[in-house]
Amino acid sequence: MKLSIKILGAVAVMLLAAACGSSTTPGPEGATASVAPGTPGHFQQVAGDRVYFETDQSTLTPDGRATLDKQVAWIRQYGDRYQTFMIEGHADERGTREYNLALGERRANMVRTYLAAQGVPAAKLRTISYGKERPEVVGSDEGAWSRNRRAVTVLQ
Amino acid sequence: MIRSTMRRRLMAVGVALVAVLVAPLAWAQTRGLQQVTVEGASANPIPIAVTDFVGDATGAQISQVISADLERSGLFRPIDRGAFIERISDPGRTPRFQDWRAVNADALVVGSATQQADGRLRVEFRLWDVAAGAQMTGRAYFTQTANWRRIAHIIADEIFKRITGEDGFFDTRVVYVAETGPGNARVKRLAIMDQDGANHRYLTDGRSLALTPRFSPTLQEIVYLSYAQGTPRVYLMNVDTQRQELLGNFPSMTFAPRFSPDGNRVVMSLATDGNTDIYAMDVRSRSISRLTNHLAIDTSPSYAPDGGRIVFTSDRGGSQQIYVMSAGGGEAQRISFGQGRYSTPVWSPRGDYIAFTKQEGGSFSIGIMRPDGSGERILASSYLDEGPTWAPNGRYLMFFRQAPNAGGRAGSVRLHMVDITGRILRPVATPTDASDPAWSPLIPQ
Repeated sequence: MKLSIKILGAVAVMLLAAACGSSTTPGPEGATASVAPGTPGHFQQVAGDRVYFETDQSTLTPDGRATLDKQVAWIRQYGDRYQTFMIEGHADERGTREYNLALGERRANMVRTYLAAQGVPAAKLRTISYGKERPEVVGSDEGAWSRNRRAVTVLQ
Repeated sequence: MIRSTMRRRLMAVGVALVAVLVAPLAWAQTRGLQQVTVEGASANPIPIAVTDFVGDATGAQISQVISADLERSGLFRPIDRGAFIERISDPGRTPRFQDWRAVNADALVVGSATQQADGRLRVEFRLWDVAAGAQMTGRAYFTQTANWRRIAHIIADEIFKRITGEDGFFDTRVVYVAETGPGNARVKRLAIMDQDGANHRYLTDGRSLALTPRFSPTLQEIVYLSYAQGTPRVYLMNVDTQRQELLGNFPSMTFAPRFSPDGNRVVMSLATDGNTDIYAMDVRSRSISRLTNHLAIDTSPSYAPDGGRIVFTSDRGGSQQIYVMSAGGGEAQRISFGQGRYSTPVWSPRGDYIAFTKQEGGSFSIGIMRPDGSGERILASSYLDEGPTWAPNGRYLMFFRQAPNAGGRAGSVRLHMVDITGRILRPVATPTDASDPAWSPLIPQ
């Protein structure tokens, strides 16, 4: 049950990311055409800009590590164009404001540590926690919460 | 010496107590009115008749504010003015008690508001025990007319104290987070209002997130979290001048601030490299001391009223629980042992309880426990009840309640007030959605 929700969530996220990219145009079969390489939209499409966490956890999931590996590969190729990789840590609404600020910070740092260990220059990595203040999905069920427990890598 | 200092302080805010009014009759033994206690709040609040104060036009408004304050406490039931038999024309005279017994009033409030030649307003009131036929208290105040609401709250506090034996909480203010906009991009700005919702104004402009305001127990100052400079940091603001400043020069996120009981220190969390610990800062010297050093999340610290201990949240045992340590740091004792996760502990200003947010099953509750963890009592519960703040008398709490989000829309978020028995629970009106209330101390007179 939990797994299927997660898979559905991941699919929805990919569609969402595609829909959001301003330079993205629908392809012949309704798939997305490639966006300009090296752009944030390209990063989202090729690598995926976010990883998800289990409830009250900050350890990286296998899916999360796979996404981060793709982020590392992308950053190796295009990272010189950006000053900073800001990692935003978030939590779902099933926690108190203060605890979730700490949890978001812990998640963001887990991503930062992983990226740095894979060779992303530590000096370009920064973190910020939004706790539960900036949900990706406004909802009050596991489907929404699972997408709000996330860390997003933002190119700056 | 003390008197003149007191006088200057009183005059500074424009409210001056000028006289304690002596009863026109010989002081009779008060025997009719039973003492009500907040602990023993019953389904039968005290019927009280609050008459319109005679004289100036503000008199009737003052009575209405007093009446609404007393009603809001849940311990009083103001009697409908339409039922009154005696019309008070001279509040200095002894009322006709049989007329007030006839409308089942246990207590009677009379008073006057009079414009003085110098432009000030003189407000006096008397509280009568109807059954005993005796004056319980009476006082007179001078103030600027614009301050009439404060005088009304001060009088309501006097009445509350005289009858319940507990300090009042009506002459107070509340800072909270006003929320507007869509659920994924909410504007969260600080606002301040009187405890009854009057004199509402915003303290921040909403361009950046402002969260978790906490009142100084001694001054009209708050500490809070702001994203104004990108990294979330703790700021200090005087709510009257709105002067604000960054508190400390930390390398990373500071949050979860709270004042010490003497207002001289602020305890808060600092998150570095994925680890959150608790630090204390001396507000004047800005010197910092580290109080916890643990790989777990240590946050939401709150001082005991004697300043000797700190209660905080930690997940060092695997899930969020409440711990108590010395104010200097060191060994911490876990005090929460019930089912579920506990967070945001707040020590009562009286020291007898610690309020908390509890997460269990699908709901969040506001509860209280003794400082040793015994006597847990849940006061309110819903999809999301969070963030208790104490009234200065330690007998009431405010918190926020968020309804579930639905259809992509954010659920409503509202402030609520509850007493320590959990029997008196009511929403607190705000112009917009509202979260994270912080109750002020009694405003200095």
